[in-house]
Amino acid sequence: MAQFVLPINSRIKKGKTFKAEGATHVKRFNIYRWDPDSGENPRIDTYEVDLDTCGPMVLDAVIKIKDEMDSTLSFRRSCREGICGSCAMNIDGTNTLACTKAIDEIKGDVNIYPLPHMKVVKDLIPEMTHFYAQYASIKPWIQTQTPPPPDSERLQSKEERAKLDGLYECILCACCSTSCPSYWWNGDRYLGPAILLQAYRWIADSRDEATGERLDALEDPFKLYRCHTIMNCTRTCPKGLNPAKAIAEIKKLMVIRR
Amino acid sequence: MSLRTPLGRARGLGSAKDGTHHWWVMRLSSIALVPLMLWLIFSLATLAGAGYEATLAWAAKPLNTVLLILGVGVMFHHIQMGLHTVIEDYVHSEGKKFTVLIAMTFLAWLLAIIGIVAILRIAFGS
Repeated sequence: MAQFVLPINSRIKKGKTFKAEGATHVKRFNIYRWDPDSGENPRIDTYEVDLDTCGPMVLDAVIKIKDEMDSTLSFRRSCREGICGSCAMNIDGTNTLACTKAIDEIKGDVNIYPLPHMKVVKDLIPEMTHFYAQYASIKPWIQTQTPPPPDSERLQSKEERAKLDGLYECILCACCSTSCPSYWWNGDRYLGPAILLQAYRWIADSRDEATGERLDALEDPFKLYRCHTIMNCTRTCPKGLNPAKAIAEIKKLMVIRR
Repeated sequence: MSLRTPLGRARGLGSAKDGTHHWWVMRLSSIALVPLMLWLIFSLATLAGAGYEATLAWAAKPLNTVLLILGVGVMFHHIQMGLHTVIEDYVHSEGKKFTVLIAMTFLAWLLAIIGIVAILRIAFGS
C-alpha cells in the first residue's frame, strides 16, 4: 500500500537554533537537516538571518547560512538565476527554485525541506538518479530517418517553432514531478509531469520523425495514464510552464491516432 | 538489492500499449452520466410522496425502464473502471493488487446485474 506515515527513522525532530547576534531585521529559517553518517533522525534547525546583510532571495539566505552560521548545511545550487534548476526545494510549502523565490514573499518563518517524496542524500539534496533515468528513457533527442539537407540545417517554419514555446523552457528542476501525488505513489513506473512535458517537446517538434514510436512508448496505464489531472505540476512550476497541458495534449494525440 | 542500471529500471517492462481505451471510456461514461443522473434526480423529486404503486408504475414505463437500465449499466461500468485506477494507484504488492482487482470487478458485475434484473422485473411485472 501507499505509505501515509513516515517510517520511524524518517520522523523529524527539533534541532538547534542559531541566533543572529545584534541584528534588528531578523527572519527565521527552519531547515530540514539529515546526515546519513550520523545515524540520527532528521531534524529541523532554525537559523535567524539578519536580512539587513542578506540578499533578497531565499538562496541568498541559504548561502549566507552556510557561509556564516553553519558550514555543515548541504544543498545544490549553481546559476543563481533560475536556469540550471539545481536549487529546487520545498520552500514555504511549495516546490520552487530558491534562487528565484524572494524572501519578502513569505509571511512568517521560512520553512525549507528537500523536494517531497524523494530519497534524501543529505539535508536539502534529493536523490535524482531515477528521475534522470526516466528522462533518458524517453529518448530526448531528435530522431529522423531522412538525412539532413546537405550543408544546411533541418528547417522549421515559424509556426512549427512556436509549438515548442512553453516546452523548451523546462529546466528539469523536478519541482512539478515531486509535487505530484501520483508521482509520489507510483514514481517507479509513472514518468511524472516533467518527463512527460519533455516527451511532448519531442512529439511536438516538426523535425522529429519518430512521433508514432514516441507515442507507442508512452501509451501505458502507468507511464502516462497515472496523470489524474491533479494540476499541482502547473501550480508549482517556477518557470510558469504548464506540464498538465502538455500531458493533456499527449492524451489527445493518443485518442486521435486510434 | 539490485545491480540493475537506473535506465534499465526506468524502462522496466516497457509500454503496455494500453490505457487509451480505458481513458476514453471513462470520459464517455462521465458525459453519459451527467444527463442520466440529472434525469434520475428530477424524476425522483417529482415522485416524492407518490407511494409504492405509483413509483412501480413510473419505473415500468418503457422510456423510464430503458433509462434506468442505461443508468445502472453505465454507472457500474464507470465505478468499476474508476476503482480499477484507484486500486492501481494505492495497492502496490502485485498479489494483493490482483486479488482486490478481481474481487472488485466481480462485485461490480454482480451489483449491476442485480440492479438490471430488478428493473426488468418491475417492467415486466413478474
